Amino acid sequence: MSGHVVSPRLYYLIFGTLMALTALTVGVAFIDLKIMNTVVALTIAVIKATLVVLFFMHVKYSTRLTWVVAASGIVWLAIMFGITFADYLSRGWVNAAQ
Amino acid sequence: MSETVHPEHAHHPALQHHFDSLEQQAEASTLGMWVFLATEIMFFGGLFLAYAIYRMWYPVAFHEGSHHLDITLGAFNTAALICSSLTMAMAVHAAQVGSRKGQIGFLIGTIILGGVFLGVKAIEYAEKFRDHLIPGHHFQWHGEANPRNVEIFYTLYFTMTGLHALHMIVGMGIMLVILWMAYRNRFSPQYYSPVEVSGLYWHFVDIIWIFLFPLLYLIGRHG
Repeated sequence: MSGHVVSPRLYYLIFGTLMALTALTVGVAFIDLKIMNTVVALTIAVIKATLVVLFFMHVKYSTRLTWVVAASGIVWLAIMFGITFADYLSRGWVNAAQ
Repeated sequence: MSETVHPEHAHHPALQHHFDSLEQQAEASTLGMWVFLATEIMFFGGLFLAYAIYRMWYPVAFHEGSHHLDITLGAFNTAALICSSLTMAMAVHAAQVGSRKGQIGFLIGTIILGGVFLGVKAIEYAEKFRDHLIPGHHFQWHGEANPRNVEIFYTLYFTMTGLHALHMIVGMGIMLVILWMAYRNRFSPQYYSPVEVSGLYWHFVDIIWIFLFPLLYLIGRHG
């Protein structure tokens, strides 16, 4: 096997961090930060997801090839969002110019 | 079946003939699962993209629709899934150190927590049904926002959480198979790829929920 045995202590530490971040994101949702509410919520979600991927899913201890494949999913996602929003966000510009 | 790795010519019973070693076989399994997960990112990604565009168009309707969701149940389910990810990680650990009892215990824990999640989801769906929030002919909305736009929020809510719940059901089925294999003592510190790879899938489903929870439940409070 890829072989690396993660100590249960580290798993419990990651678990505790994930629970604390969940409490944080719920707490922050009740504070009015205007548009920043979504930014903060998504930032916390990305941190949580990264912790799960690196430690629970062992990517931190995986080969470069696994790293590349795991990252490729994010790359395709970014292309899909990037191109779609390049369209939707720029539609108003055309109308404004006319 | 013997678990010992025989040196030289004889090989581990779990080693398939087209692989050189168990390490290579395990690496191929992990890689294959990650390729599948990359396609899953795109599968859910399309829905997240639809969500982003419609929320950009109808912020008021999304805000109101989200406000009606039960934040307590949503947070409870988030905690349940994070707990299940811990038990899943611990089940893989138990397999790595060759503890059959540990694997069985943690896998049962994972399945139970998955069941708790789906149970809470069923309660939530029943409430939505009662409140006429199922998109379609009988959809009703009495807030400020345009009901048609709130209906879009609920369409996305049911599609995204429904697809997620379907993945949970599949995951629980996989865990039952892994539990059976662990019960039959099929895994050892030399060979535990099925536990590892099923764990990857389970954690992935957890990650989807980590994004669904704030986007669906939390935006209705502020912002």
